[in-house]
Amino acid sequence: MTAPAVAQQPLSMRLLASSRRFIRWLTRPQVVLSLIMLFLMFYMIIIPLYRMVMTTVTWQPRDVINVPEAEVGGLTLYHYIRMLTGALGKIYLYTPLVHSLTIATGATFLALLIGGSLAWLVVRTDMPGRRLVNQLALVPYIMPSWTLAQAWLVFFKNRLSGGTPGVFEYLVGTSPPNWLSYGPVPIMICSALHYYTFFFLFVSAALMSIDSNLEEAGDLAGASRGRILRKITFPLVMPAILSGVIMTFSKVLGTFGGPNILGTPVRYYVVATMIRGSIGVGDKADAFVLAIILILFSMTIINFNQKLVGTRKSYETIGGRGFVAQVSKLGKLKKVALAGVIVFQILVIVVPLGLLVWSSLMLQDGNYSLSNLSLQHWIGPRGTIYNHGEPGVLLNPKIWKTAWNSIRLALWTALFTALIGILLGYAIVKGRGTRLSKLIEQLAFIPYVIPGIAFGAVYIAMFIKPLGPIPALYGTFALLVVVSVGKHIPYSSRSGVSAMMQVGRELEEAAQISGAGVLRRFKAIIFPLTSAGFVSGFLLTFITTMRELSLIILLVTPETQVLASQTMFYIENGDGQMANVVILILISLVAIGNLIISRFRGGSLKKGLGM
Amino acid sequence: MESSITINNLTKRFGNVVAVNDFSLSIEPGAFLTLLGPSGCGKTTLLRCIAGLEDPDGGEIYIGDKLVFSYTRGISLPPGQRNLGLVFQNYALWPHMTVYKNMTFALEVQKLSKEEMNVRVKESLAEVQMDGYEDRYPREMSGGQQQRIALARMLAYRPKVFLMDEPLSNLDARLRMDMRAELKHLHHVAKATTVYVTHDQVEALTMSSAIAVMKEGVLQQLGSPDEIYRYPANLFVADFIGNPKVNLLDGVATGHSVDLGRFQIDMDTTGAPEKVVVAVRPEDVAISLEPVPGSVEFTAYSVLPSGADSTIVARLGKLEITVRVMGISTICMDDKIWLVFDPQMLNLYDRESGDRSTLGS
Repeated sequence: MTAPAVAQQPLSMRLLASSRRFIRWLTRPQVVLSLIMLFLMFYMIIIPLYRMVMTTVTWQPRDVINVPEAEVGGLTLYHYIRMLTGALGKIYLYTPLVHSLTIATGATFLALLIGGSLAWLVVRTDMPGRRLVNQLALVPYIMPSWTLAQAWLVFFKNRLSGGTPGVFEYLVGTSPPNWLSYGPVPIMICSALHYYTFFFLFVSAALMSIDSNLEEAGDLAGASRGRILRKITFPLVMPAILSGVIMTFSKVLGTFGGPNILGTPVRYYVVATMIRGSIGVGDKADAFVLAIILILFSMTIINFNQKLVGTRKSYETIGGRGFVAQVSKLGKLKKVALAGVIVFQILVIVVPLGLLVWSSLMLQDGNYSLSNLSLQHWIGPRGTIYNHGEPGVLLNPKIWKTAWNSIRLALWTALFTALIGILLGYAIVKGRGTRLSKLIEQLAFIPYVIPGIAFGAVYIAMFIKPLGPIPALYGTFALLVVVSVGKHIPYSSRSGVSAMMQVGRELEEAAQISGAGVLRRFKAIIFPLTSAGFVSGFLLTFITTMRELSLIILLVTPETQVLASQTMFYIENGDGQMANVVILILISLVAIGNLIISRFRGGSLKKGLGM
Repeated sequence: MESSITINNLTKRFGNVVAVNDFSLSIEPGAFLTLLGPSGCGKTTLLRCIAGLEDPDGGEIYIGDKLVFSYTRGISLPPGQRNLGLVFQNYALWPHMTVYKNMTFALEVQKLSKEEMNVRVKESLAEVQMDGYEDRYPREMSGGQQQRIALARMLAYRPKVFLMDEPLSNLDARLRMDMRAELKHLHHVAKATTVYVTHDQVEALTMSSAIAVMKEGVLQQLGSPDEIYRYPANLFVADFIGNPKVNLLDGVATGHSVDLGRFQIDMDTTGAPEKVVVAVRPEDVAISLEPVPGSVEFTAYSVLPSGADSTIVARLGKLEITVRVMGISTICMDDKIWLVFDPQMLNLYDRESGDRSTLGS
């Protein structure tokens, strides 16, 4: 070996050689990018989390009211003891936590049932109209998650809130019982009808990627249909199902909108609404304790799930090229299935939107006569007895500003997220096998396990005070962009990785051999070849950011209000009909954005999800 | 024009795996050297080290008299400054660029004039017989055409060294034959030093001026195709080269003969250890349909004609020997046949070390 030769070299030479090697390592594009991303993720994920934890274990100025001997800034477990024990613990934590878990479990199960069946019908049967169903199945995803909750209320509400009758009472004559109007059942149903899209996407992708030879092999071996489904198809789809479970469960745990609309009127609190409540009364440390517990729960469940499927399979690529799938003949059931799906789509898309439109056109809520129809909430004048004197939404400069905020936020977030996604993808894929690459991939995964409302809470802790050169961002528009980009990092890294995987390292290496520098390689090779991935990431982020509520509800101020949070403030203010108008505007904007963005370079929502 | 390539003590590790192990090799200017070995033997890694796409963990590389890599001095020139061209296994044509753009990319980096670029593109396309394909996109061409364009792209910027990483492995058998001839001719015309990676021994034997056989990152033998075929340096090389495979028979050297148990072959075995492995190529065994002096009786276990030649698997007890004869054989299965071994055509290997024994005192 060369060992003796090395030993004979003078020390200065050896030092020079190793520093040259180090600089060469450091200036590799994937290393430079990795380090930048590492810094970014520390700033956006690790430090905020650390600050949040620190807040919960130190005395806060507020605590002096309850505990006079408290030393502000000193370490204490006071907040944990307060929130985890006694009567307060029950009210603040245990009951809401049980509620949250109940809803998350129920919604996940229901969503799996709906999404899985739809996926199977679309991919593996000869049901007519499958292409259309395939496209319509994504529609609920572009609507804000609490749209259905609001529509539910229009239909099922009883006299408990607002004292006006819902459509149900108008049609049937009796007021629906509380359990049907509010609380866990409607929350679960509404969440499931929104989040089934994940299952649909994941499972249909998995079903498509199963080589039907595998099933045919089972067929030839004489296994029955059910046995094949159970022993071959199901295990192969299992990772997809579990990744749907993880995603849905963690999303529902952190969802604020639905539970706030449907739970709060009957004092059915979940952790998310509790966190908001505590922040609202200024008990930040208490809210953070709740947020941490929510994060821990979410992490545990995700970990458990991943153990179940083995090494992170659930999160990793489920996609793949389609094989010609074996199609089940439905026979006579074909029409039944189709009818069922049509009814379902109408119930999920047309009816809720119709209800919202109708509600927005009623001058007085709960009066279902034709003469009550009015455009007051849309274009009514200022200073009427309606809506606390506010003018109709379309004439309200405040709403225009809010809409502009929404669009601005979505565009900036989408831009940064898509860019970071490609760069992360590059750093991870090029560095495959190195520790740095693994570290970055794992860090990028963290926001995934932090429920939306908790992630928002993390950012309060971080940016309320300046940190080094970084100013206090609380109350600024920039903070909303930062939190949205941060929350989207897992998705963007995922779609970035899958976009980069398709490029193949040889394409860049060929340019390297040609003598092209890093910037030229990015400009001429990497960016053009990942543009579809970029647009898809952009589109996904645009849509989710436009309608995101849980994440930003704790961070918006009157100046930085966006449409999503505006609806919630209207609802809480008792101006539900104005809220419905705003929701409709929001959905229209998302739909228009979707139409425009998906025209570029073959971008698509599915690709944005890394499939 | 052409450069030599010198590799000294090169080592490349991936984690705990040593892909290239203390590898030294000298390639003459204008040579066509093939790195041959089974998959995972480190041949592609070695090629990528020469290209500058991998940073080795030890050793040095010269291209011509330019030091392009030295671990102990911490030097590593980026690929673009090594003046070499690389044809990738999957061609790596940029799918979003036309043939013209693909070919001029490197020329633009070199800041050549527009006229010069056009001349280069035209010439290079002509050399691979793809005139007029300037405006095609890669996906609009067949695999064979893409292969030619990948070659043309390399030719256009006139590197001193051609590196090729299994360039023909994605082509079908017939096209591969054609392209072998083309590549060999191209090398003849361009006279650039070429390092060619393949796991296909036929490809290596047909195209190279020299072959370096590798196994687990270590050089096994360097030699002309003829040397490699006739005198494999060890059992690994003997076994790897040749189709059908060489016959390897355990035997005992007695000094004047090799005892194979059921029979003996008379030959001078001085210089060989006692326990040997006898290697004999299938085409070096003669078949007689009747007993002749020195022949050994076998039974034809299987007869496999393939047009130009036939392969006969002969058995004697547990001993099995593959024999290759020209043309369609008239031998039928289970026929008695008599094999004649020519001591000149045998190689003896040390059963312990696997190395070839040099015979004669």
